[in-house]
Amino acid sequence: MSDHRVIPEPPKTVLHMKVNGVRIEEAIRPHKTLLEVLREDLLLTGTKHGCELGECGTCAVLVDGEPVLSCLVLGVACQGKSVETVEGMANGPELHPLQEAFAELGAAQCGYCTPGFLLTAKELLDRDPDPSRETMIAALAGNLCRCTGYLKIYEAIELAAARMRGVK
Amino acid sequence: MLRLPNFHYHVPATVAEAVALKAEHGPHASYVAGGTDLYPNMKRRQQEPHHVIQISQLRELHEVRDEGGHVRVGAGLTLTAVHQHERIARDYHALAEAAESVATPLLRNMGTLGGNLCLDTRCNYYDQSYEWRKGINFCMKKDGDICWVAKSSPKCLAVSSTDTAPVAVALGAAIEVTSAKGETRRIPAGDFFRNDGIDYMKKEHDELVTSIHLPAPNGWRSSYMKLRRRGSFDFPVLGVAVFVKFANAKGAAAKDAPVEEARVVLGAVFSEPTIVHGAADALVGRPLTKESIEDAAEAAFKIAKPMDNTDYLLSYRKEMVMPFTKRALLKVM
Amino acid sequence: MSAKRSQNDGGASSRGSHRAGEPTRVVGKPLRKVDATDKVTGKTLFADDLVRPRMLYCKLLRSHLPHATIKNIDLGPALAMEGVVAGLTGAEMPIQFGILPVSQDEHALALDKARFIGDPIAAICAEDEETAEAAIHAIKVELEPLPTITGIEDGIKIDEPRIHDYGTRGNVHKVVNLQFGDVEAGFAEADHVRDDVIFFEGNTHLPMEQHASLAEWSADRKLTLWSSTQTPHYVHRALAKVLEMPAARVRVIACPNGGGFGGKSDPFNHEIVVAKFAMMTGRPVKVTLTREEVFYCHRGRHPVLMRIKTGVKKDGAITGMHFQSALDGGAYGSYGVASTFYTGALQTVTYKIPRYHFQGIRLFTNKAPCGPKRGHGTPQPRHALEVQLDKIAEDLKMDPAEIRLKHLTPPDSVTANYLKIGSMGLGECIRKVVAGSDWKNKHRKLPYGRGVGIACSSYLSGAGLPIYWNHMPHSGVQLKLDRSGGVAVFCGSTDIGQGSDSVLAYVVAEVLGIDPFDIRVVTADTDLTPVDLGSYSSRVTLMTGNAALQAAERARELVAKAVAEKLEAKVNDIVFADGRVFRASNPDEGYSFAKAVQYAEAKFGTIGTVGSYTPPRSPGRFKGAGVGPSPAYSYSAAVVELDVDPDTGAPQVHKIWIGHDIGKSINPLLVEGQVEGSVYMGLGEAIMEEMVYRENRNMVHKIPSMLEYKSPTTFEMCDVETYLIEDPDPNGPFGAKEAGQGPLLPIMPAVANAVYDAVGVRIDEIPVTAEKIRRAMRDKERGREGRFGPTKFPDVDWGDPLVVPPPWEGGDGKPLEEEALKK
Ligand SMILES: Cc1cc2nc3c(=O)[nH]c(=O)nc-3n(C[C@H](O)[C@H](O)[C@H](O)COP(=O)(O)OP(=O)(O)OC[C@H]3O[C@@H](n4cnc5c(N)ncnc54)[C@H](O)[C@@H]3O)c2cc1C
Ligand code: SF4
Ligand code: FES
Ligand code: FES
Repeated sequence: MSDHRVIPEPPKTVLHMKVNGVRIEEAIRPHKTLLEVLREDLLLTGTKHGCELGECGTCAVLVDGEPVLSCLVLGVACQGKSVETVEGMANGPELHPLQEAFAELGAAQCGYCTPGFLLTAKELLDRDPDPSRETMIAALAGNLCRCTGYLKIYEAIELAAARMRGVK
Repeated sequence: MLRLPNFHYHVPATVAEAVALKAEHGPHASYVAGGTDLYPNMKRRQQEPHHVIQISQLRELHEVRDEGGHVRVGAGLTLTAVHQHERIARDYHALAEAAESVATPLLRNMGTLGGNLCLDTRCNYYDQSYEWRKGINFCMKKDGDICWVAKSSPKCLAVSSTDTAPVAVALGAAIEVTSAKGETRRIPAGDFFRNDGIDYMKKEHDELVTSIHLPAPNGWRSSYMKLRRRGSFDFPVLGVAVFVKFANAKGAAAKDAPVEEARVVLGAVFSEPTIVHGAADALVGRPLTKESIEDAAEAAFKIAKPMDNTDYLLSYRKEMVMPFTKRALLKVM
Repeated sequence: MSAKRSQNDGGASSRGSHRAGEPTRVVGKPLRKVDATDKVTGKTLFADDLVRPRMLYCKLLRSHLPHATIKNIDLGPALAMEGVVAGLTGAEMPIQFGILPVSQDEHALALDKARFIGDPIAAICAEDEETAEAAIHAIKVELEPLPTITGIEDGIKIDEPRIHDYGTRGNVHKVVNLQFGDVEAGFAEADHVRDDVIFFEGNTHLPMEQHASLAEWSADRKLTLWSSTQTPHYVHRALAKVLEMPAARVRVIACPNGGGFGGKSDPFNHEIVVAKFAMMTGRPVKVTLTREEVFYCHRGRHPVLMRIKTGVKKDGAITGMHFQSALDGGAYGSYGVASTFYTGALQTVTYKIPRYHFQGIRLFTNKAPCGPKRGHGTPQPRHALEVQLDKIAEDLKMDPAEIRLKHLTPPDSVTANYLKIGSMGLGECIRKVVAGSDWKNKHRKLPYGRGVGIACSSYLSGAGLPIYWNHMPHSGVQLKLDRSGGVAVFCGSTDIGQGSDSVLAYVVAEVLGIDPFDIRVVTADTDLTPVDLGSYSSRVTLMTGNAALQAAERARELVAKAVAEKLEAKVNDIVFADGRVFRASNPDEGYSFAKAVQYAEAKFGTIGTVGSYTPPRSPGRFKGAGVGPSPAYSYSAAVVELDVDPDTGAPQVHKIWIGHDIGKSINPLLVEGQVEGSVYMGLGEAIMEEMVYRENRNMVHKIPSMLEYKSPTTFEMCDVETYLIEDPDPNGPFGAKEAGQGPLLPIMPAVANAVYDAVGVRIDEIPVTAEKIRRAMRDKERGREGRFGPTKFPDVDWGDPLVVPPPWEGGDGKPLEEEALKK
């Protein structure tokens, strides 16, 4: 089989979802992944991609609060759902404590994996405000980073968690 | 950016609607639950359904119900939900272990139990892009007519790479399916699979997996061991699931009690999870000891015939059958 | 697990060009990077994030055969498809390019021949990427297969067909044969001679970002290319050459790189193709490679087979070393000639080697081209040397840490192969990791299955010579100060995540006494910024840092003069700090920085200064002496502690202690990040990463995916304890040396040595995997040698050596003439 399109283009569907709290209405074809919708239709290029096959974790976003890989979720499957990307983490000019800590401690080197780590970590802290190293290792095991060796990322999460718990 | 091909997308409201759609479009349609197997395969043009039928929204597939001791687990539960489920984690430890060992936390948030049981078989001549496969002139599983793993093989030797299936077989679970005719049947997990890399499930194409039935917990023990290079991401290249029931039942200390029933199941060395009958023979009727475990592991080692189509050398995967079987059995001792 | 860190005693004792003894305010502080906020908010625009109006998308058709003559390419059916705008084949761009002047062997699209699976042979641009992709599959190509050259042995033995029609002979790209002193005499003098053959499998950078480029052609016939490249300067050259355009009309902007590690240091086919498409269509054209295509770009670590023969005295003193390396180069030259020299260059900079003979050969093979990966050509020989040293220590019943400490290359010396060593902190690195890891109580003392291993390394802080030999600076910086107090730094360097933009800001801020976050840093734009050769060879901090230092000091001088005049003070008495310029003896007497600049502007006119850096000349005067010299060498030592599961052979590294001689940390946080990142990458290379091909199936890359090319996850990464050793080097800005590559090197040998300590088997092949360990253990259980690895080095015609007597034999860095040789 070498016809790469397989079938003629089916009609577009109108997708309604919330992205970073904003209502979105966008006509898309069913085969468009959430990653493509975010980056190409909504120009939210903060969400990155490293494989598009579920093998790297770079494209992680939160759908209804749960971290998933946007490269393997269809846009149309997010009908009525709420999506959070890295662009939605800061509150205006005020960074999320995780963002602040990542910047402060050098947890973002090239920064390419960073959005995926931030969102995965955010959900982790929602579940567990004081995660141990072991918990972090397990929770972040689906995100690859080639620059940092993860250690600065753990330190940043610990710092952010402490600040969020109100520990100085 | 690697992209999906075009397809028609359906969101049925009920199981009946879903199976009807599948029957209507026949081999050109695929169910999709989490999509973590189907979509990568579609992006690489290993699978090219014209119709994709979403099933993860079906309420019926998300229930965990106690049915008089048995537990019925909906096929639509995500793997995260499976391993975090209190009842499953307590009574079906091996299943929770297997689910938790799948892929990555992010993929487990998406991937489902049903999708895991129906996971396409894998082979590193096949899990490649269209262009790559063209470089080897394709193989019989898709677009070609020869098996590059064993050129004389009349059938595809792609590997059953699901983590939960060997456990389901070991536990003696049953897989419930519903067909377009409206029939629902329970297939023992041990009869659900076929040792054929292409036609690896015995269910009919329109049959939807709705749930898996786990036997009542009455003292038996189970465990799962998985060989892979990294602690995350990687598929099993050898899985060992064991189930051991002692004669004195009721979970009493198993010491000295003879084994009444046992199953040792190998995953990821054939195109289906495979019961090692010799291992059961070695275990049943004797207390579980170092010696009986050694004999069972030996039996598993004898039958395992991994091929050169996954990570790790096949000789190494074969060698590891011994220590992995032993460790899986030691865990239930 | 904890990632504790310890730094060496603050170390403000700079003896760099900065005023000695004066405490620093910015340099040495763990500040955040200037671009950190953009990176954590998703604002950083990587190449694939760019979108231009009316943009087209490009896709490349790549060869599906490893070696083939291109008989015919018919773009017709593709061009007929709706949405397809243009197509290209090699014929439209026949001029060759390549990173090195001596290996201009690439075509933008293969002209007559495809040389590996993945070699681009045609291209399409279309309204959207899906259409371009579909069109690629509609192209009709006729390829006629040629016999393939599969690896080192083939390359040496099989002369026909030749992959390229240049090089030493047949499929031999390059042979190097350099002799420094009589090595045989060294072996004769030795109490013990070891001869080992060791193999280092190739691996790749695997940056998380897939390469992308966007080209735009303006109505006034100017070309702009945005690209994920580490070397905009060389892409600029290649574009001008292949497209036959005046370089002045070509602008290359390097976007922030989502990881580079050396993998984005060559000019690439896709960069030229999108530029050509932009010129043809008058519309912006973008290309983004898939992960699989990134594997085909490769330019990663060469597979190297090595033979190392070393003579030692009873106390471990080396009497002579003969090092041979054979490099599997892949299908193109890339940096390969330099890589070949590098496999023989840095052996001498760690331990005293009085006589040294190096022979290296690089082969062309039908695989993705190898090139520079973090450590460029030096990790493989370093691995062999450090593993052999472990064996020698055991043969001599010496402690492997001791044997190293005893024979260090002295600071401020010249090696047998004419490398000039400046500061040398390896001894301190070793002492720190030995103490920190409790080495003395662990080595050979841990229970079976657990082990420790030690290894050391060194790396360049920038290469002494440029790729294109010339007398111009390697790095330039322009500084603009204006009356608002604003300072802008312009520099051609590229931030690939290592923080080079920040280093520029820190250095300038330090000198001008201002806040680094007030500085505007403009980098990597060939139109706007002065040339910097690129982010490779760990050259950026040292070279651009020095250039920035010079520019900033010149600006400081101007401002200080103007302020001194106003205050009627001596120029020497003017201090820049906390955003003010004031009199040292009375800090209240002074001005805000902005005010001070206004006075300077009034006095001198618009304030702009420049700085540049050219490395000192090295003492070597022979052909090949250009590879190896550096203004300063960094040093590292590492101890690895690991477990090997006796039943499965699986290695699990628990902790790594690493000491790194950084000279001076401009920012200890960034240095630590580089060290930890290097340890991570080294760990991957040590235990799992490899680029492997199926010889039986058309030489396909066996595993071109993120899933099957194994990069360590959080589970494999170990705890790291970093010791930064600060012994400022006179050649570094504030004494700084490199940190981005050197700390990777000791990890692989330390792991191999630790595996031996744990279970008593030698794995003389990288990666050290569970399979290999198990195999060697089984052999040992059966009474055979507990070793896994190659046993012989192939026969090679090396030709006559270039003989250069070492300094202590009266050498002057020049090779001996033929007559002298005959005697
Ligand atoms: C990087 C990566 C690593 C992975 N590692 C592992 C691993 O370690 N172990 C492992 O087991 N798997 C692994 N997987 C595969 C996959 O994520 C899991 O198997 C997952 O459970 C599949 O479930 P899904 O719901 O996503 O399946 P889908 O992709 O939705 O479906 C898979 C197949 O099953 C069919 N199907 C799904 N649900 C049903 C149903 N209810 N009835 C009938 N047919 C159905 C679909 O038509 C499709 O053919 C990995 C995947 C990736 C991308
Ligand atoms: S086992 Fe053979 S037929 Fe099956 S996927 Fe692999 S190569 Fe193809
Ligand atoms: S892009 Fe790699 S997992 Fe989605
Ligand atoms: S910071 Fe570069 S990949 Fe993580």
